[in-house]
Amino acid sequence: MSPAAAIRDAAIAAAVAFGLFAMLVGLRTEIGPQSNLILRQRWAAVAILCAIVFLGRLLITWWLGRRALRPTTAAGPWTARLQQAGRLFAPAMLALALLLPVLPGVGRYELDVGILVLTYVMLGWGLNIVVGLAGLLDLGYVAFYAIGAYSYAIFAQYFGLSFWICLPIAGILAAFWGVLLGFPVLRLRGDYLAIVTLAFGEIIRVVLLNWTELTGGPNGISGIPRPTFFGLPFNASGDPDSFAGFFGLEPSPSHRVIFLYYLIFALALLTNWVTLRLRRQPLGRAWEALREDEIACRALGINITTTKLTAFALGAMFGGFAGAFFATRQAFISPESFTFIESAIILAIVVLGGLGSQVGVAVAALVMIGGFEVFRGLDEWRMLVFGGAMVVIMVLRPRGLVGTRTPSIALGKRRAISGDLVGEGHG
Amino acid sequence: MSGKPPPRASGATPMLEVDRVSAGYGAVQALSEVSLHVDPGEIVTLIGANGAGKSTLLMTVCGAPRPRGGRILLAGEDITGQPTHAIMRRGVAQSPEGRRIFPRMTVQENLLMGAEALVKGDPAPQMEQAFALFPRLKERLSQRGGTLSGGEQQMLAIGRALMSKPRLLLLDEPSLGLAPLVVKQIFDAIRLLNQQTGLTVLLVEQNANLALRLAHRGYVLVNGRITMEGPGRALLARPEIRDAYLGGGHG
Repeated sequence: MSPAAAIRDAAIAAAVAFGLFAMLVGLRTEIGPQSNLILRQRWAAVAILCAIVFLGRLLITWWLGRRALRPTTAAGPWTARLQQAGRLFAPAMLALALLLPVLPGVGRYELDVGILVLTYVMLGWGLNIVVGLAGLLDLGYVAFYAIGAYSYAIFAQYFGLSFWICLPIAGILAAFWGVLLGFPVLRLRGDYLAIVTLAFGEIIRVVLLNWTELTGGPNGISGIPRPTFFGLPFNASGDPDSFAGFFGLEPSPSHRVIFLYYLIFALALLTNWVTLRLRRQPLGRAWEALREDEIACRALGINITTTKLTAFALGAMFGGFAGAFFATRQAFISPESFTFIESAIILAIVVLGGLGSQVGVAVAALVMIGGFEVFRGLDEWRMLVFGGAMVVIMVLRPRGLVGTRTPSIALGKRRAISGDLVGEGHG
Repeated sequence: MSGKPPPRASGATPMLEVDRVSAGYGAVQALSEVSLHVDPGEIVTLIGANGAGKSTLLMTVCGAPRPRGGRILLAGEDITGQPTHAIMRRGVAQSPEGRRIFPRMTVQENLLMGAEALVKGDPAPQMEQAFALFPRLKERLSQRGGTLSGGEQQMLAIGRALMSKPRLLLLDEPSLGLAPLVVKQIFDAIRLLNQQTGLTVLLVEQNANLALRLAHRGYVLVNGRITMEGPGRALLARPEIRDAYLGGGHG
């Protein structure tokens, strides 16, 4: 774009911004001294906002114009650089996550944030199977999280089963509901699928809210048993049959937090390991083929029904595991924890990370959840920072942080397949 | 030039027999009592105008939509109403209309997708066969499917279909949107494949001239009914075919 055209374009953007902000920001009604309504005018703020939009638009134009046409289908320079970094980045992140509890300066708060981030990493990886690999847009993923949490809570409360028995039960029940959701939506794709899964998520939440005898309704379930270290409870008693007493340690509340941290770390790694393994198997490749072209899959004799249902079931199972963990960590659950916004956050993590990319999802979870905690001091500006960051990511990397796809099989060198060259929604 | 049709022993079971099949979508009747057969080792083509029901017939053979009446037999076994994946596992392979390769997967992965769902064992021999037929695919092995040219994509679609060692290959408009030279390459490859391996092919085409030259026999489909059938050359010589599908006197 020529400089003149760029400036005109930016001026149009600023004009649009003026149209929006003139009413929203420029004029404000307030209670006057005689408790009458007065109109306060804030034209300076409007001018600043319009200037920001003008400059931002120019910057975007300049940035996009910088990308010249490339005569190759290989990954772009940015992508290639990110990939090189990625090779070291993933092991480095893993090591950092592994060592976090023993690092100096890491206290209770940091570990709690770490647990929260890892929970969302796991949920992101679980949803990634459904949305990223199989291409089935699921807006009700939080339902499986809720099913896992309530399964653990109810089984532990009513039958006194331990966490380690309830964990697989929660996973199996969530997977069962995943299949149950999968059946009616087998023929749906895209927007229609999204609407049905959205409704499913709400149905589960409303059932939890109203089935008071079983779930406690809006009061939730409290006093959920904490997990034990293979039968050794974490408490301050120092008894030989408690964790601290058995290992001869000074009883400390941080033991349980560290244990929970490593528990979710292991669960997340399990999710990642299963996904990576499956991607190289016929089933995983069938998922990816399904995402690319369902009709071609049929023509190749792939059983669409089982392929879709396994994706739903596996994604739901990991959601269920995460839910059981959530219940044991919180010791209290209520339907409020499983609203649509949770589904939206998990989906945003998957999309921002780059559909199908494991590392990208982990980074996105760290940025979204960790970033949200870091900017806690900004109070009401936090959402603005958050929204701005999302806009920036989507402008700079429209296919997510890691928009490339590594072939699951290759002769010799693996070459990443850049997503930069494919239209949105095509691949 | 096609070779002689393979001699048909009287009473031998056809590879594919479509027996008075009707099919449609909702209120639309796309096929009315269509009957045709493809003998082992034959190339049979189905020609017709847009909307005649050619692709519907091919898809009905694959099980979607299910026929409303009639029977479909694969090598004498009834496959009517079976789910698509079950039919494909019995040795039917399809190169679908519009090629439909997986754009973000590499050529190699695309080929493997053809084999994975179907064959137990090593896909290497079929892959070699595909490379022998279309050497271009070997050069492009680690390239993303979506970056191939149209002709290469068509080659990939056929190669992918061959990966499952099919008994019957269904080709839906392989010439769609391709340059004449590329179309010739692809048709030559189909002929070679048929001559070398005796693969049975059912070819759906709008390019009647080329298709009838390649095929041993042909059927003409008009508004969901078979109106003519006969050896490819004989059909090509008939004036009504020349008028309707070959644009008058200059065929």
